[in-house]
Amino acid sequence: MELYRGHILICSGTGCISSGANSIKAAFEKQLAEKDLSGEFKLIETGCHGFCEMGPIAIVYPEGTFYCRLENEDVETIVEEHLIKGRLVKEKLYNPPHSEDKIPSYKEIDFYKKQHRIALRNCGYVNPEDIDEYIVKGGYEALGKVLSEMSPSQAIEEMKKSGLRGRGGGGFPTGLKWEFASKTESDKKYMICNADEGDPGAFMDRSILEGDPHSIIEGMVIGGYATGADEGYVYIRAEYPLAINRLKTALAQAKEYGMLGENILGTGFNFELHIKEGAGAFVCGEETALMHSIEGKRGMPRPRPPFPAVKGLWGKPSNINNVETFANVPVIFEKGADWFASLGTEKSKGTKVFALTGKINNTGLAEVPMGISVREIIYDIGGGITNDKKFKAVQIGGPSGGCLPEDLIDLPVDYDSLIEAGAMMGSGGLVVMDEETCMVDLARFFLNFTQDESCGKCTPCREGTKRMLEILERIVDGKGQDGDIELLEELGETIKTTSLCGLGQTAPNPVLSTLKYFRDEYEAHIHDGRCPAGACSALAKYVIDQEKCKKCTLCTKVCPVSAIEGKPKEVHKIDPNVCTACGVCVDTCKFDAIKKG
Amino acid sequence: MSKKIKSLEDLRKLRQEKEKLTSPREGDNIQVIIGMGTCGIAAGARDVMLTLLDEINRHNLKVNVTQTGCIGMCEKEPLLDVVVPGEGRITYGKVTQDVVKQIVSQHLANGQIVKQNVVGKIEE
Ligand SMILES: Cc1cc2nc3c(=O)[nH]c(=O)nc-3n(C[C@H](O)[C@H](O)[C@H](O)COP(=O)(O)O)c2cc1C
Ligand code: SF4
Ligand code: SF4
Ligand code: FES
Ligand code: FES
Repeated sequence: MELYRGHILICSGTGCISSGANSIKAAFEKQLAEKDLSGEFKLIETGCHGFCEMGPIAIVYPEGTFYCRLENEDVETIVEEHLIKGRLVKEKLYNPPHSEDKIPSYKEIDFYKKQHRIALRNCGYVNPEDIDEYIVKGGYEALGKVLSEMSPSQAIEEMKKSGLRGRGGGGFPTGLKWEFASKTESDKKYMICNADEGDPGAFMDRSILEGDPHSIIEGMVIGGYATGADEGYVYIRAEYPLAINRLKTALAQAKEYGMLGENILGTGFNFELHIKEGAGAFVCGEETALMHSIEGKRGMPRPRPPFPAVKGLWGKPSNINNVETFANVPVIFEKGADWFASLGTEKSKGTKVFALTGKINNTGLAEVPMGISVREIIYDIGGGITNDKKFKAVQIGGPSGGCLPEDLIDLPVDYDSLIEAGAMMGSGGLVVMDEETCMVDLARFFLNFTQDESCGKCTPCREGTKRMLEILERIVDGKGQDGDIELLEELGETIKTTSLCGLGQTAPNPVLSTLKYFRDEYEAHIHDGRCPAGACSALAKYVIDQEKCKKCTLCTKVCPVSAIEGKPKEVHKIDPNVCTACGVCVDTCKFDAIKKG
Repeated sequence: MSKKIKSLEDLRKLRQEKEKLTSPREGDNIQVIIGMGTCGIAAGARDVMLTLLDEINRHNLKVNVTQTGCIGMCEKEPLLDVVVPGEGRITYGKVTQDVVKQIVSQHLANGQIVKQNVVGKIEE
């Protein structure tokens, strides 16, 4: 086998492909061929690095130089300067916010420095379409060890000892779940991977499947052995074609190598794996609905018990875990449960992948140890708030989660502290908001999503969320009434306790948590006809900052509806009942004294 | 031919055989740095590098090869540095294709410095 002088890793995750990774790759191919370097440098397509916003991305090894926001013309420069002469192409290096620095090395970028990548260990590093690269990184050794050196119950003990909790939302201990499934007597059992990833904005599961599909296969086969299942399904949404393709390639390779099928690694254990494409309804991520969907029925939840561990797919005991959960499994057996349990907090072990979005400089996927503070995630990894605006709140846990205000910014992020604060880990969506986000509008956005996705089977969820949404829409429209807040709270509590499945049981969370921490914003909308963030267009009236106003009367002269009162030497005021929010005064004021709010 | 891996042993063997697949991406390998400034290239650094790669392949070593620009010792070109993690950095000068073969078989493969071509040494 030839040793190459260098490897050029082109990120070919969905994010980078959409920003042009394929043509960057073609440009490299052409340049390498023209300059007779094809035997010296190897081009490798990888999965997502998490920093999709900086795409297209290419990393040149052995130096580990991180080139970002590439355009086709840059490729020739990189080949001539870096590959031939050994000089870095500074203009294409990463430039952190608030700094003139250019950072050459992948590992020195703040976004990566504080991360601890376990589930994402191979993402962006190995070629996901080459099982040999996975094996060189230690892949399938955990499977070999478990199958040849451990009994199923020892494997379950090890999982319990690791303290791993499900990464799909609820945070149920994985070892315990496996134990339930293993204890049900049956001639047939199933192991299912939930790759539905319904949370808006979340893409960690997709990234793992695109970037490191073998880790999921390995995790599932280990789970199958531990629980006594000999067949498995990956339920993945059809909108993830690249992830499906890479998983299919990985399945074929794993089969060829005997990591799937009969007599795996000569140990006598058999396991088959299938892919089931889902149509992408949010509720299909709920485990009983998901199993109905695999069976070809409409994806609707059913009451539990019986739990899937007793009666699951086609009536047989089944175990469902999330993609990220499975990605952690091989590492736990490779490095030991004690090692894993030493990371994170008392009750939340290991790491969690977060999808950072919203008003944050470094949007992307970041894997951090449990217990890290919200502040560290937002400022150290996320690079702070865009345009240096003031941090207002963060929504954690997607549509089932909640909002945390500024005074909880030092909260350690783990399952229990988030629940206590009224939010939720969920799948790890993390949306950062600045002072210009209206919390009522935000709650409306999430409720609109869950309301839309309700399967309609039970009344509180179907009708209740609809009523809540109507009220929120009314408030945002400036037509809020006395008693609306109380009504929202009452409806919210009722829906939470009476809905059949997790969708309804968590749908009111965004509303209830914003009510808890930002009640004054609801009140301002209802009682003062004002949107303090200046975001709700129906209410976004202009106000004059009394400190900044120089009493110059300029604005009174331009206002087409004479909404501004003010004489020279008197502070000016805008009458919200007259103002039409046309914005003319803002452009006129030379002292930046007029703002929405 | 079936590619089936029949035991954990075989899996581990395959892992070793294929190590080179990712070795340029590993940070803890021995590193060889070749001066590829204009003067270096004029003095034949590229041929030295190609020979170096061939030799590394022949000896089946895990070594990372990178280049650097002019370091101001042009009269000693071609220049080549060997960095063994934990052992400091040795700079070789006047590295011909024959010298590079010696460096690979003695220094890289066996940890023995090729004394007559050393022009400098930096302890870690
Ligand atoms: C409405 C609803 C949607 C869900 N969507 C997902 C999803 O997209 N992906 C996922 O892994 N879990 C989802 N879950 C959680 C799963 O039902 C299940 O708890 C999880 O997959 C179990 O895996 P874990 O123990 O590894 O977390 C959803 C739950 C509900 C109630
Ligand atoms: S809570 Fe909502 S989504 Fe869940 S079963 Fe009831 S109606 Fe369907
Ligand atoms: S926004 Fe338009 S209507 Fe309102 S005060 Fe300013 S100029 Fe007048
Ligand atoms: S897809 Fe390239 S960094 Fe995410
Ligand atoms: S403060 Fe009056 S015009 Fe700006």
